[in-house]
Amino acid sequence: MGSKYDVLVIGGGNAALCAAIAARRGGASVLVLEGAPKFYRGGNTRHTRNMRCAHDAATEILTGPYTEDEFWKDLLVVTGGQTDEELARHMIRESKDILNWIVEQGVRWQPSLGGTLSLGRTNSFFLGGGRAMLNALYLTAERLGVAVEYDAEVTDLVIEDGMFLAARVKRPIDGETEIRAISLVAAAGGFEANIEWLKEHWGEAADNFLIRGTPYNRGSILKMLLERGVQEVGDPTQCHAVAIDARAPKFDGGIITRHDSVVFGIVVNKHAQRFYDEGEDIWPKRYAIWGRLVAAQPDQIAYIIFDSTVVTSFMPTLFPPIAGRTVAELAGKLTLDPAALERTIADFNAAVRPGTFDHTILDDCRTEGITPPKTHWARRIETPPYLAYPVRPGITFTYLGTRVNKEARMLMKDGRSSANMFAAGEIMAGNVLGKGYAAGIGMTIGSVFGRIAGREAAKHARN
Amino acid sequence: MHGTRILDEADRLMTVCNSCRYCEGLCAVFPAMEMRRAFSDGDLNYLANLCHACGACYVDCQFSPPHEFNVNVPKTLAIARAESYAAYAWPRVLSVTFARNGLVISIVAALSMAAFILGFVALTDRSVLFGVHTGPGAFYKLMPHNAMAALFSAAFLYAILALVMSVRAFWRDIGDPIGGRADGGSLLQAIRDAGELRYLHGGGVGCYNEDDRPTDRRKLHHHLTSYGFLLCFAATSVATLYHYLLGREAPYPWWDLPVVLGTLGGVGLIAGPIGLFVAKMRRAPELLDQERYGMDVGFIVMLFLTGATGLALLLLRETAAMGPLLALHLGAVFALFITMPYGKFVHGLYRFAALVRYAQERRTEST
Repeated sequence: MGSKYDVLVIGGGNAALCAAIAARRGGASVLVLEGAPKFYRGGNTRHTRNMRCAHDAATEILTGPYTEDEFWKDLLVVTGGQTDEELARHMIRESKDILNWIVEQGVRWQPSLGGTLSLGRTNSFFLGGGRAMLNALYLTAERLGVAVEYDAEVTDLVIEDGMFLAARVKRPIDGETEIRAISLVAAAGGFEANIEWLKEHWGEAADNFLIRGTPYNRGSILKMLLERGVQEVGDPTQCHAVAIDARAPKFDGGIITRHDSVVFGIVVNKHAQRFYDEGEDIWPKRYAIWGRLVAAQPDQIAYIIFDSTVVTSFMPTLFPPIAGRTVAELAGKLTLDPAALERTIADFNAAVRPGTFDHTILDDCRTEGITPPKTHWARRIETPPYLAYPVRPGITFTYLGTRVNKEARMLMKDGRSSANMFAAGEIMAGNVLGKGYAAGIGMTIGSVFGRIAGREAAKHARN
Repeated sequence: MHGTRILDEADRLMTVCNSCRYCEGLCAVFPAMEMRRAFSDGDLNYLANLCHACGACYVDCQFSPPHEFNVNVPKTLAIARAESYAAYAWPRVLSVTFARNGLVISIVAALSMAAFILGFVALTDRSVLFGVHTGPGAFYKLMPHNAMAALFSAAFLYAILALVMSVRAFWRDIGDPIGGRADGGSLLQAIRDAGELRYLHGGGVGCYNEDDRPTDRRKLHHHLTSYGFLLCFAATSVATLYHYLLGREAPYPWWDLPVVLGTLGGVGLIAGPIGLFVAKMRRAPELLDQERYGMDVGFIVMLFLTGATGLALLLLRETAAMGPLLALHLGAVFALFITMPYGKFVHGLYRFAALVRYAQERRTEST
């Protein structure tokens, strides 16, 4: 027994819900198939916190204007030019309206609190975080009459000549069923939780990766679409990887496993050797490169080493630092060679030149005569207890996706556009974000293209 | 390690929350938490009493169960909060009263007091109890005003003393410097925050009750209850002034100030507690401290009985039912007074103290 909807949305995150709401508001009947159980609904949106939107003036939630041009320049810098300019500029233009549209869908922004949180000029923060944002979108979608199914695993897509016909779905209770729809919106995320797929590009190292988000982002919809003639975009080896605590769970550790202490110490590998300039650049760039750096080290493990003078300089951490009264004792606890770690720290300390420390700018505290250098914020590590965080690559999302046009319509391998298939969110993020990342862009891509995809899918269905 | 298992758990959660901070815009608990990196027992009791149990942080948390980090702040702080009532109770020996079933304590206390007053009257003249009495001084035919005043003043003063001593101990544990006084600005801020139940709003959408659809019902019923209580208290205070300053004796006509205040308050004390009770019955069990069900329900029932017997007395005061109803009403009020320091009533005071402390911290931080 099958059922038929105007618009079928596969996925349950920000992009999917924006698409579902926009399609429903466009007059279509809409079904959302979320592969995860209700608690885990929303993919990586669960773990997000803010969205980057262009705006022309300060508001009660944003400290100043962020022009389209400035947004475009930032995007150009982080992607190193690997972006579709027409799509990117379109997204940035649409992002201005999204700031308000998303509020109309029940999402609330966090007002300025003062205190420890400094609100951004560029990014708006969701009140209560990403899951609160999702909860609001789901309530709105349900109120509008969007049907939502959880634990709904899509096992096959029936696509003929670039035209979506039906999806086969495995439900926990009534088994396999076929669902037909006039339009499809694919918003089912990337494949970062699919270790086998990651291994195709990263080799055995991928076994040591930790996945920061949901275990449900296995990329099965992406794979089906690419196999059925949709044109791919983006580099399959590209993924957003940061260094997270090695003690974090394999999946879904989320935001609280991060470490922002690199700049206050040194980072060594399992041979107790430094391997990169810890003082190269300021947040957030320094943050986003460390996942890849650690992934390139033997056994994909590294240790951030610092001393007791800096423990209150960074965010409190979920896992406490590992401590030793001496460098040798610390090395023992980390199962590093004590002599090697002592030598690395002694060499580093000897190379530190006097300067004025200021972690908010590229200061003049640096080393001389060692490789790699630490070009900023270099201070001697000499006040016990000595402390360390073990870190591994934490994969946030992947870039391989489906190519789309400005209508969020998928493009087929032969260059034609699909009649009725649209994509939004991480599954097409690679169009805009060929590599690199700037905070909040994932949510911008999701909301902007989700809304477009929903609107266009409804328009197609109602024609 | 902390004094109790629940404080250990609260400490673990605050460590998780402090490394996340997504909830910092929802209420005062999280900004207060962010001002600390380590948490003493006093800090945790402070945070527990700052929590209004709106449930928003549970529904919004990516790490709430079934996630392995198992973050349930509202429930953990609810248990810690209830344990803090016992921990600061005065005199210390009476902290065991919190461990007992509040409903039983309250009802037994109310009935025994009613029986006591009934007996008191019956000993003097049985016909008085069931007679019809009208006009000024009608109530005092059953029990002389001075006896009534003495009995209730004693109960009231004892309750005040016990409450002051308890709150003092709490304040010393959560505040610094030790014994420090609250400034006027912080007090005013806390009065505003408590008066409007600012933090029972789930960050603006309402409180989470039976499911993930927030509403403002619990806030409304809490307002009805607490303002109903305050109106009744005002009614009694005005009546006392009438008696001693103007020499006017109860009962007063329906349009007179004490009766108007008491009637409005009584309606609040009936509608509010019923609403709170229904909300409690329906609330998602994962948000509730079920161990302390009795204490909460006991207090709700005491307030309801106070309001209901008061209004019944007003309606039937010119009939033969007046005597028994007066006894019941006085019994309920008396029992409410003497159980106040050992039941849910204290939550209002501790919460207020926590709000004062929070206002103070915010002011200090911003200067």
